[in-house]
Amino acid sequence: MSFTLELEDLKKYYALTGGILRRQVGAVKAVDGVSLTVKKGETFGLVGESGCGKTTLAKTTLRLVNPNSGNIFFDVPDEVRERIRTLQKERKGGFELRRLRGQWDLAVFKGRKLRDMRRKMQMVYQDPTRSLNPRMLVKDVLLEPLAVQGLARGSSALKRVSEMLQRVGLNDRHLYRYPHEFSGGQRQRIAIARALITTPKLVFLDEPTSSVDVSVRAQLLKLFQELRKDFDLTYLYISHDLSVVECIADRVAVMYLGKIVELARTTELYERPLHPYSIALFSAIPVPDPTLKRKRVVLTGEVPSPVNPPSGCRFHPRCDSAMQVCQTQEPKLLDVGNEHLVACHLFNK
Amino acid sequence: MTERPLLRIQDLDLRFYTYEGVVEALDRVRLQIKDGETIGVVGETGCGKSVTGFSELNLIPPPGKIEGGKILLQKNDQWINLLRQRDAYLRTVRGKDISMIFQDPKSALNPVYTVRQQIAEAILHHRREELCLKLLEDSKNAVESLKRGNLSEHEKAKLTKSVLSKREKRMLGRMFKDPQGLIVRIASRIPVLNRFKRRFNREVTREVVRMLKDMRIPDPDRVAEMYPHELSGGMAQRVVIAMALSCNPKLLIADEPTTNLDVTVQLQILNLIKDLKKKYGMTIQYITHDMGVIAEMCDRVAVMYAGNVVELSEVLEMFKNPLHPYTKALLECIPRPGTELKSIEGFVPGLIDPPKGCRFHDRCPYAMEKCVREKPEFVSAKKDHQVLCHLYTGEIR
Repeated sequence: MSFTLELEDLKKYYALTGGILRRQVGAVKAVDGVSLTVKKGETFGLVGESGCGKTTLAKTTLRLVNPNSGNIFFDVPDEVRERIRTLQKERKGGFELRRLRGQWDLAVFKGRKLRDMRRKMQMVYQDPTRSLNPRMLVKDVLLEPLAVQGLARGSSALKRVSEMLQRVGLNDRHLYRYPHEFSGGQRQRIAIARALITTPKLVFLDEPTSSVDVSVRAQLLKLFQELRKDFDLTYLYISHDLSVVECIADRVAVMYLGKIVELARTTELYERPLHPYSIALFSAIPVPDPTLKRKRVVLTGEVPSPVNPPSGCRFHPRCDSAMQVCQTQEPKLLDVGNEHLVACHLFNK
Repeated sequence: MTERPLLRIQDLDLRFYTYEGVVEALDRVRLQIKDGETIGVVGETGCGKSVTGFSELNLIPPPGKIEGGKILLQKNDQWINLLRQRDAYLRTVRGKDISMIFQDPKSALNPVYTVRQQIAEAILHHRREELCLKLLEDSKNAVESLKRGNLSEHEKAKLTKSVLSKREKRMLGRMFKDPQGLIVRIASRIPVLNRFKRRFNREVTREVVRMLKDMRIPDPDRVAEMYPHELSGGMAQRVVIAMALSCNPKLLIADEPTTNLDVTVQLQILNLIKDLKKKYGMTIQYITHDMGVIAEMCDRVAVMYAGNVVELSEVLEMFKNPLHPYTKALLECIPRPGTELKSIEGFVPGLIDPPKGCRFHDRCPYAMEKCVREKPEFVSAKKDHQVLCHLYTGEIR
């Protein structure tokens, strides 16, 4: 069965309150209108600097935080999706819209429906030291999702746990240990096992290799590739390590200040980045080859605050090729051919 | 770059006496740093690259003890063994001759002092005399130019400002000789008399702002009065670099200065360090785990594994022609698109009870019987290319 994950104009604002009445005085626009599609079986890379909203996007999609607006469609029939779209566009059909969204749109799911959905989507967090409960045995860490989802109990559950542990390169000896007894790489393996034990279809990997060494990183990446084949998984791989994403992802989106600025197939994007920010980002990767001499684009200044992002194109204050229109009008993410989407006025003609 | 060595580490042994046992963190580490070069130290977590840097400043924290070896610093054409010096002497070396940039800029800065106060601390410690002399000199020059006359009102006013009174000169002279002297201390607390002190502080602030400007910090006057929490990561790292460079050290140890930063900021900082190296003419020991950064920054590389320096050579040679099996494996671990990912089997050994013989033998594809029994020697396999491996011990030196 094929499925897709579709995000439509997803927004997450964190409110800033002030004054005695704690009224909202502003908002951190962490994710500000992101639309993307993840197809079954692919690895979708999401890159960007810290604070650009990568992790918030993942959390919002999983409904670990609630979005302010937007739709999340996971495995929804085309006609239903179209119907919801037209109803939303025409701003009518209040009852029907609510019914349809309650049934199909993950952005407004509640209760049991939400829990069922979460079984299909799991996440591996950045720092395994913090994402594993230090007071729980590895066994309990892995049994908990099974119990919560009601998938297995007793000895059959334990059997599943030990199978899963073996699959990620650990064994039964490790069942009755606490997370602190493991090395960083092993802890991340436990976190991966915990994510995969509910047999999800889509796994969010949020910088899973940022806290481990080069040699362990290679081991983990290999493991991801194996698991993807074995369990028929789809990955959404979030990272700021661009060379890793280049290796593992099929398609990559570049985020800047809560927005996707460019989206294309990996080879296409790495060979021919179009958006000025992507060009600067890719040229900043240190390449482990001392003979290579390249022209590099050094960005000046720093990423502006997402509380008060620049008007128009958010990159224009740091952009070399900024034009008049960039200051006033926000560019749309448009296809420039070859499934290469870019949000920049230079290409929107 | 000259061939003259600036610092020599000879057979350094470092152990940490913990409750779990004795951690053999460094084992006969040998390293020579040449004057004016950038030497990279690369390795995984816990391989001893940072503690090597700390030992050079003799800053190993308590459960750790340096058990043997020498760290020789070239100073005034003499070799000084830093491990045998008193603390008072080391304080004149730290910051002045050898300086360090620490890994996490946010925790390297003290949250309760402003940027200016923190940078000034190093300047006050090492450059007090220099600044006193500069103030006296300025005053002398100003008096002479005023005597010559022929100046505009504006210039006159400016020069008059830098003229010192007799009493101020005397106090500065005293401070120059003995900064902690009783009279200086008392005088700097009395409102009418402490003008010399204020003038001196103004000079220090000017110096701090000049340093910040060198770090390409926009609006340095304002940043100088900020507290560390008001700075972004890249900005904080620039402040830490300013602090390290404020006394113009000969050797700068940079301990993963860009690890916590984003790639675009990393590029800014790397370019900054490169330019500053040219400007100040220092030697840099660059500690990192990122091979890409090594390729970009360094002239020579030392690869470390489990407390040993396993290979030492020029950068080009290292990437083109790695000799030690660990270096080869490490270079293959770097993800390259289109090629299959490779990884090193097994785990980095614990250093409480490190493997006998060569410490890499249980993960090494070329391991021989000899590797399990005997520790290899650090030999020159080629010109300027040393390696710690039994595979190369038979060859001609």
